[in-house]
Amino acid sequence: MELNFDDSGKHRSLEHYLSLEPANPNLIQAMYIWIDGSGEGLRCKTRTVDFIPKKPSDLPIWNFDGSSTGQATGKNSDVYIKPVALFRDPFRRGKNILVLCETYNFDNAIGKTNHRKSCLEVMEKAATTKPWFGIEQEYTMLDRDMQPFGWPKHGYPGPQGPYYCGVGANKVYGRPVIEAHYKACLYAGIKIAGTNAEVMPSQWEFQIGPCEGIEIGDHLWMARFLLHRVAEDFGIVITLDPKPIPGDWNGAGAHCNFSTLAMREEGGIKDIKEACKKLSARHILHIQAYDPHQGEDNKRRLTGAHETASIDRYSYDVADRGASVRIPRQVSADGCGYLEDRRPSANCDPYCVTERLVRTVILDE
Amino acid sequence: MSNFNDPVSHMMLQHYLNLPPKDTNLVQVMYVWIDGSGEGLRCKTKTMDSIPMRPEDCPNWNFDGSSTGQASGVNSDVYLKPVALFNDPFRRGNNRICLCETYNYDWTKGATNNRKSCAEAMDNVSKSEPWFGIEQEYTLLDRDGQPYGWPKRGFPGPQGPYYCGVGCNKVYGREVVEAHYKACLYAGVKIAGTNAEVMPSQWEFQIGPCLGVDVADHLWIARFLLQRVAEDFGVVVSFDPKPVPEWNGAGAHCNFSTLEMRNDNGIVEIEKACERLSGKHKQHISAYDPHQGEDNKRRLTGLHETAHIDDFSSGVANRGASIRIPRHVAADGKGYLEDRRPAANCDPYAVTEIIVRTVILGE
Repeated sequence: MELNFDDSGKHRSLEHYLSLEPANPNLIQAMYIWIDGSGEGLRCKTRTVDFIPKKPSDLPIWNFDGSSTGQATGKNSDVYIKPVALFRDPFRRGKNILVLCETYNFDNAIGKTNHRKSCLEVMEKAATTKPWFGIEQEYTMLDRDMQPFGWPKHGYPGPQGPYYCGVGANKVYGRPVIEAHYKACLYAGIKIAGTNAEVMPSQWEFQIGPCEGIEIGDHLWMARFLLHRVAEDFGIVITLDPKPIPGDWNGAGAHCNFSTLAMREEGGIKDIKEACKKLSARHILHIQAYDPHQGEDNKRRLTGAHETASIDRYSYDVADRGASVRIPRQVSADGCGYLEDRRPSANCDPYCVTERLVRTVILDE
Repeated sequence: MSNFNDPVSHMMLQHYLNLPPKDTNLVQVMYVWIDGSGEGLRCKTKTMDSIPMRPEDCPNWNFDGSSTGQASGVNSDVYLKPVALFNDPFRRGNNRICLCETYNYDWTKGATNNRKSCAEAMDNVSKSEPWFGIEQEYTLLDRDGQPYGWPKRGFPGPQGPYYCGVGCNKVYGREVVEAHYKACLYAGVKIAGTNAEVMPSQWEFQIGPCLGVDVADHLWIARFLLQRVAEDFGVVVSFDPKPVPEWNGAGAHCNFSTLEMRNDNGIVEIEKACERLSGKHKQHISAYDPHQGEDNKRRLTGLHETAHIDDFSSGVANRGASIRIPRHVAADGKGYLEDRRPAANCDPYAVTEIIVRTVILGE
């Protein structure tokens, strides 16, 4: 006679509990979130806090068992988490918050997958050029059996063509997740710019930006956390694997749109073309920074087919989706704007990607 | 037989739950106590005609102890003495939950009433201001007794991705955890945080920091709220310390400090405490589960972030030791220690009492 999980009654039961106010009205729940030892996974845990923080440094530095996340050994297991960005919590609502953190080892050395610290230093160095970023995060929805959500079991949907920006139950799978995620991001204060269905069915994209400097990495990581957490409520798994289905099916990238103040001003196309040339001399360095395995993941995706450039060749051109770097047609027409680096993999670390772009294009490193 | 799964039934239940009493002074008070097993909880409700503000406002009551392993049939009445009061997150409004101690017919303390002597010990050491924080681990089970969310007649992938995880392939049963956290905050239970644990379907919440006997009062009520919330979701909570062999066990790590340990250079006191604890290892093990260490034998193997039950050790940031001194405590030169030995099904009154007897009273 009980309510059970797999049933619509659970929602109403849960609503009862989620609407309970604390006896002590000063208390809020702060969920600390960090990147784990894989460089692509996210972990979270919550603590009760008895005040409303105005900035991340108001909150205490915490710690966790790094031996359980590939970030420390059992004998010396404490890893510190330092709050760096705050967002409203769309799951618990009210005054509850989500706290993005950097990881530090026991001796205060930066954690091995903490790429934010050096990214921040680079962004501060380049601050006068006002670097803006917009990242197009592609991803694939999977069922609990790790097959693409909505695909026929032991088979395939019809070939790609009708799915991109599609509408209809035979064109797109899993729209409720993306609708819920969009609202959750807006509520949380994440700078989500848009969404669309992608070329492969069950594949979707959202865009974060335009953000200046370090903000892009913070907002994208938090948007990824919200996506995993929203999908959890729907019983769907999200993968950022860059090539989830081999063969004639699109991969998933994180195209990074980038500009400096000079590029955005009249005549900026000159700076854009100069940037494209600088990027050509650093192709291998960028490829290494564009997925968590120094390019190994991206090898499966950057084949030269399916709107990618081959991983071995650097190219750039106007409106060319088969190039490494694309200059949008509108930008060419206006004579100013931004460039689109199409190389980063969906599972890249945006701190690594944006730091590398600034080093090559602005700092000439 | 109808069930509550469909929207209409749920609406009907809400209709009834929202009915106010005709006499608006009346409140429902749920009495909760520890039964004869030393790990199970029981409850029954009484109507009172005024809102109790303190435990003493709730009258002593009694129950059939022969039905809970606490008395024989011929002399079955066992007394309930209210000792702590909380808001009721299920019935809301002015309704309350009160935690009780059990007493026999002759007012000797009940066999599983470990609170009485704990409270006396805490009174004795009150000058040291002993603080506690307990990390309660537990496992969610399905109605068939198997871990909730695990594939039937199989296993999930090996441990690694689940600790603090997100995603329905990483954590099972978050709804229970979220609902429980809110219920505790509403009730006035001092819940400090939650996280997903190393084994899938395993979770943890922390109670504290609390002074003296409060930590155990709050932990017992938190356990009651957890089982009651899970009941609404058709899921069972297990505090067994090793529910699945060769997967992580479930403990109740006890974080402890005195005023001196928290003051500058308190690390000296912390190290002294470790010394004293090392001399009483067997006595502590005996107090750290309801079966004098038999339950913990299955969990304290020296693997899965435990120390072996036969050995005592302490170390900074060492999760394989009996006592861990957190890294930041060593860095600050003061703070607290973490006793990692208690089993998830321990009685926190017994645990906290023996800690203060060993460390502060030197017994």
